[in-house]
Amino acid sequence: MKKAIVLYMHVHQPYRVRNYTIFDAGVNHEYFDAPYEHGTSNERIMHKVAEKSYLPTNRRLLKLLRAYPEFKLSLSITGTVIEQMEAWAPEALQSFVELTKTGRVEIVGETYHHSLAFFYSRREFEAQVKEHEKKVKEIFGQTPKVFRNTELAYNNDVAYWADKAGYKAILAEGWDAVLDWRNPNHVYRPSYTEKIKLLLKNYRLSDDIAFRFSNRSWAGWPLTADKFTHWLDESSDATNFNLFMDYETFGEHQWDDTGIFEFLEHLPKEWIKHKGHTFMTVSEVADAFDPADSLDIPNTVTWADTERDLSAWLGNGMQTSAIAALYNLEEKILDTKDEKLIEDWRKLQASDHFYYMCTKWFNDGDIHAYFSPYENPYDAFIAFMNAYHDLRFRLAQMGVAL
Amino acid sequence: MRILMLGWELPPHNSGGLGIACYQLSKALSERGADIEFVLPYTAKHPGVEFMRVNAATPQDVKEVMKSGMAYQSFKYIHKNGDVKELGMVDQTRIYEHAVGQIAKLAEFDLIHAHDWMTFRAALRAKAITGKPMIAHVHTVEADRAGKEFGGNPLCREIEETALSLADRVIAISERTREGIMREYGIPSHKIDVVYNHFDPTVDLNFLEQVDGADNAYVYLERMRQLGYGIVTNIGRITIQKGLTNLLRAFKLVHDRVPRSLLLLAGAGEQRDELVALAADLGIGDSVIFTGFQRGKRYGDTFKVGDVFAMPSFSEPFGIAALEAVAYGTPLVASKQTGATEIIKNCLTADYWDTHELANKITAVLQNKSLGEELSKNALREFDVRSWHDSAGALWDIYSQHTQEVYA
Repeated sequence: MKKAIVLYMHVHQPYRVRNYTIFDAGVNHEYFDAPYEHGTSNERIMHKVAEKSYLPTNRRLLKLLRAYPEFKLSLSITGTVIEQMEAWAPEALQSFVELTKTGRVEIVGETYHHSLAFFYSRREFEAQVKEHEKKVKEIFGQTPKVFRNTELAYNNDVAYWADKAGYKAILAEGWDAVLDWRNPNHVYRPSYTEKIKLLLKNYRLSDDIAFRFSNRSWAGWPLTADKFTHWLDESSDATNFNLFMDYETFGEHQWDDTGIFEFLEHLPKEWIKHKGHTFMTVSEVADAFDPADSLDIPNTVTWADTERDLSAWLGNGMQTSAIAALYNLEEKILDTKDEKLIEDWRKLQASDHFYYMCTKWFNDGDIHAYFSPYENPYDAFIAFMNAYHDLRFRLAQMGVAL
Repeated sequence: MRILMLGWELPPHNSGGLGIACYQLSKALSERGADIEFVLPYTAKHPGVEFMRVNAATPQDVKEVMKSGMAYQSFKYIHKNGDVKELGMVDQTRIYEHAVGQIAKLAEFDLIHAHDWMTFRAALRAKAITGKPMIAHVHTVEADRAGKEFGGNPLCREIEETALSLADRVIAISERTREGIMREYGIPSHKIDVVYNHFDPTVDLNFLEQVDGADNAYVYLERMRQLGYGIVTNIGRITIQKGLTNLLRAFKLVHDRVPRSLLLLAGAGEQRDELVALAADLGIGDSVIFTGFQRGKRYGDTFKVGDVFAMPSFSEPFGIAALEAVAYGTPLVASKQTGATEIIKNCLTADYWDTHELANKITAVLQNKSLGEELSKNALREFDVRSWHDSAGALWDIYSQHTQEVYA
């Protein structure tokens, strides 16, 4: 019996809005060009992430791909992070291209702008998926065959759409509430679909690496590749272990000195020691196994927080009013056919902007758990809305009725 | 006439109207012939104060006292040996008192004039040391700041009660404030004079501020006005006393009727985050604009860009911003609890708690151009007949009574 590790990592950086004031609105139409020394400087963050995470991780991944023919992985890379690497860290982008040249790194499809457009405008959503597909083809020479929605936001409708769009598989969170008695270590079939397979993140094992790895009060600490593969071995009811995580886990969320890179370097060797153990990309695992069961998931699940819903992005009035205001401009913006205006509007759709407005943790006083370039969620909202007002100003200047 | 004037702030280091009122009043008094020594609790450069001497009351081993945080709250002490210490307001009033005591021993003056409770302990000490008459100038009483009759911090109340009882004379900045002083502390009415504040648009308070161009700084809002949008503005500290949650609720009602309307809130304060969230929850998050604290040209432009200035304070002893709005030709909607409405009758009023009536009045101005024009034209007339010189003249008479009096 074959058992595969399905390692999938998500690479993304948004265009953060600088401290854009009402006095900028109508005067300066650049929202994303914070001075280099500011916390919202996208260029600076890209330099930092490339140096701490992308370059050292890819160096090791390439080494592993060369050393172990069984080693494979999948990546999703948003359009906005590709653009930022093109502009500020071309060597990092090149290192991703090197990985895909091995033929054992699969690129997963998603929205170009890391948006929640699926829930607001199907037309806009499809345009962004197309745009991403084009960019991936151009940079990596692949056409995505597996789909993930932003933040792994998933429900029956997303699956139905992806099935009709011809994807082999779709990714989602393997949350207990949707799995019920099942485990995430099999391939599933979304209800109401015919061909597509559903791959569910094993959040316990994934989070052991992504979140708990450096936690000294965790019983599993210190986590070694040997110990980890031993845990996997103990699960007999399994065909595939879906380890899904943010790429920045390596070097950014878990720093070099935690030993995360050593863990990564030893994982393939420890895993393939045993007969029948292998690695698969997301479309390989979809091809390899039949669905164990079908899953009916009417309510949206995501990969965030204990709620596993959209409340980190759309949980308060600021978030919902900001996103509604933005999508209300859709027709007017698209009708202008003004590329710069449309692009700025799309950059503002990144889910990250709404995440920065989240007050869930802020109210608990646990602001350190709150990863944002802004001092607080209110400042994030104000800067975003001022940019929104400037979009309106630009429309008015073009003679569009508001 | 030599005056030892005790104040808490002066522009450009002011956080609110108190500093501006002290500045303009001192200027008018000096033009009248007063020789003023103005004592502040912090060290800083003050351009445009050549008409008086400005001193910082600081302990001997302290090199510098900086204001930090918002709204009079805290002070940073930098000692000569490099130590830095943060102090809250009540501690600061004690240090100020001690330092003013040292100044009082050396300086020569005929009378002590103290502005608000923060300086009252110092004023009492200066009076005790020199025996000079002391005038307590009340811009707000604690109950006003707390938004509750007989409410507020007992320490502040104790200072106010003691100082107002021992003062030779009490000045209130409105009838409303005089009534507050009588109600809260039982000070007899004949001991209190009402001297109104004023706003002088010809005095340039921009100081170091770069004035950039003749166009309004709110380019976006001006563009929206051209498209038929109505702009409601308010400027000031974003704090409970200003009644801004009611303004948001009222504006929601306005916006339902006049969708082409925007609310501009300029200022900073502890209530800002709450208001940002409330605006969003009310569904008007895309129609309320927060600018943060502004001064100089942007400050003035905030009034100018408005089609109506809305000031629904729970309790506003005077509310100089109301006068500024009038001076800039912006129609005024104020709460009945605003002192400035004692002298500006050509405005629309509503009780601070009556969001429907506030909305009714604001909507009326936005929908009827002629109403707004009539209001602003007539209010300007009321405004123009007054000046700081009236206030200075009234104070001069009071000074004279107390310095020329022959005591038995």
